Amino acid sequence: MKILICITHVPDTTSKIQFTDNNTKLDKNGVQFIIGPYDDYALARAVELKEQLNATLTVLNVGEAETEPTLRKALAIGADDAIRVNAFPKDSQFVAEQIAAIAKQNNYDLIMMGRESIDFNGGMVHGMVGELLGIPSISPVMKLEIEGDKVKMAREIEGGKEYLEAKLPLVAGCQEPIAEWKIPNMRGIMSARTKPLTVVEPASQNVATEVINFQLPPAKGTVKLVDKDNVAELVRLLKNEAKVL
Amino acid sequence: MSILVYIEQAEGSIKKTSLEAVSFARALADKTNGGEVVAVALGTVSEAELSHVGAAGASKVFHVEDSKLDAGVIQAHAEAVAQVYQKVGSKTLVMAKSSLGDAVAARLAIKLDAALVSNVVELPETDNGYTVKRSIYTGKAFAQTSVTKEHKILAIRKNAVDLKTDGAKASVEKVSLQIPDTNFATKITSTDKATGEILLPEADIVVSGGRGMKGPENWGMIEDLAKELGAATGCSKPVSDIGWRPHHEHVGQTGVKVAPTLYIAVGISGAIQHLAGVNSSKFIVVINKDPEAPFFKAADYGIVGDAFEVLPKLTEAVKAIK
Ligand SMILES: Cc1cc2nc3c(=O)[nH]c(=O)nc-3n(C[C@H](O)[C@H](O)[C@H](O)COP(=O)(O)OP(=O)(O)OC[C@H]3O[C@@H](n4cnc5c(N)ncnc54)[C@H](O)[C@@H]3O)c2cc1C
Ligand SMILES: Nc1ncnc2c1ncn2[C@@H]1O[C@H](COP(=O)(O)O)[C@@H](O)[C@H]1O
Repeated sequence: MKILICITHVPDTTSKIQFTDNNTKLDKNGVQFIIGPYDDYALARAVELKEQLNATLTVLNVGEAETEPTLRKALAIGADDAIRVNAFPKDSQFVAEQIAAIAKQNNYDLIMMGRESIDFNGGMVHGMVGELLGIPSISPVMKLEIEGDKVKMAREIEGGKEYLEAKLPLVAGCQEPIAEWKIPNMRGIMSARTKPLTVVEPASQNVATEVINFQLPPAKGTVKLVDKDNVAELVRLLKNEAKVL
Repeated sequence: MSILVYIEQAEGSIKKTSLEAVSFARALADKTNGGEVVAVALGTVSEAELSHVGAAGASKVFHVEDSKLDAGVIQAHAEAVAQVYQKVGSKTLVMAKSSLGDAVAARLAIKLDAALVSNVVELPETDNGYTVKRSIYTGKAFAQTSVTKEHKILAIRKNAVDLKTDGAKASVEKVSLQIPDTNFATKITSTDKATGEILLPEADIVVSGGRGMKGPENWGMIEDLAKELGAATGCSKPVSDIGWRPHHEHVGQTGVKVAPTLYIAVGISGAIQHLAGVNSSKFIVVINKDPEAPFFKAADYGIVGDAFEVLPKLTEAVKAIK
């Protein structure tokens, strides 16, 4: 059983987002980079499956050299080896083509991703990879169990969930509560240093979109406080001033 | 040149977010070449329900009335929409961003060799090239994105345009498609879904509770206010982690991203990860007993006070203006 886990290298969820170079680049000053939180759920579930099914886990990132510490962290959490496709992740289609190219060479039984990256929030790389490989893609997956070649999943839908079954191979875009985030232990951190991390060049250069510039939302004004003994005033403001009631 | 809109339905009724997508497509057509807006609906939906799509701005609906498509089987929906898109000869596909929409859009982008832009917040600029503004970093920023491909798919966020309600009736054309069985390889065995509730991602008003609500037994107060306002209910992550509320109500960075006209947060501190899910709201009201709660910095209106005193009064005050 071979599992591929695709991870992003993204600003920590508490980061203040700012841009430089005429609003064309993220200002990385003081920004901590982490494994995308949803990718971290995918990885955590993969580590559980590894124990249960004796699977091998490969983690993959499409990114420049700066993402290697993030890949090492995934190795410390429990992946067996890592691949970095040496390229700036220009857009979803570009990333999906790289992942699909690697998957074609290695015949993974299961490809696990996050439901979405928290930088561009596309929620689309898994579907694109599924279509490129001609296999099912399911997202957002909140539960995933493997029984033989059968996969039983729960997928979140608006207002609830749906339960589904499919056969391997497939692509799953994961989210909580599929597993609990795992923190690397000392042994994991030590062994991660010597686990293989292969760097490959991109297989294609196609892109579908290009970012021209970034913008920040307008700053919020100050809050208008209403006295707790005059709650009707709040309703009046919502009705007459904000005009939302 | 027609713009095609993929409309989603739930138990035979068309989703409001899909109707917004129709209005978006109508506004886009008006802005560009004045072409037609046509929609595609899959599965069992009544003719009357379909003609409503006209009010939102479509002139025609292609209805693929195959009950195998009632369930949102991702691959099958993608294949069906691709076939209709090709039949229409469209170059632009518009849809609402949703759990199913995202999954279907991604596969369509490859099938149709189209550029997919997700989280679109306003109409594209088309005077000089084609640029689309989309929300990124979970609502903390926007990216102006240029699209060079001939075929385009836009997955739009709620409130990107106003819903239009004054269009004419749409004509309905039944189409039958050959969808290969391989597209049904994923079987939906059951669904577990709240019925009759206002769905969080579609709601115009959301009332959310945090750990300050102390326990699930106190949620009646949140529900009473929500009911009076016609609102959906939401919560913070710890609240769904402890199991006070179901997971699909959890709002924020790792939960649902909402974009209502009014978001009311009760007993929620306003951690940055929670704010990430709500910063697209038009107005935010915060009720918290701690005047230093960070949420007040993101709020338009606020009350510093005990939720257990303020909530019943607020519900009464809303009743009084009706
Ligand atoms: C990677 C990551 C992702 C995360 N994603 C999310 C996410 O998507 N969504 C999310 O919500 N959180 C998320 N979190 C958690 C987040 O950091 C906060 O811990 C969480 O939002 C706090 O929830 P809370 O405000 O309900 O609870 P608390 O922080 O405990 O706040 C409770 C608030 O209630 C107030 N209060 C108490 N009693 C009363 C009363 N009687 N009346 C009025 N007010 C009262 C208090 O003053 C306080 O402000 C994430 C964290 C991480 C690390
Ligand atoms: N640059 C990347 N390298 C590896 N995996 C990625 C990359 N970008 C996105 N992914 C995967 O695709 C998922 C969905 O990303 P997105 O479509 O960008 O929201 C992420 O959660 C990751 O698992």
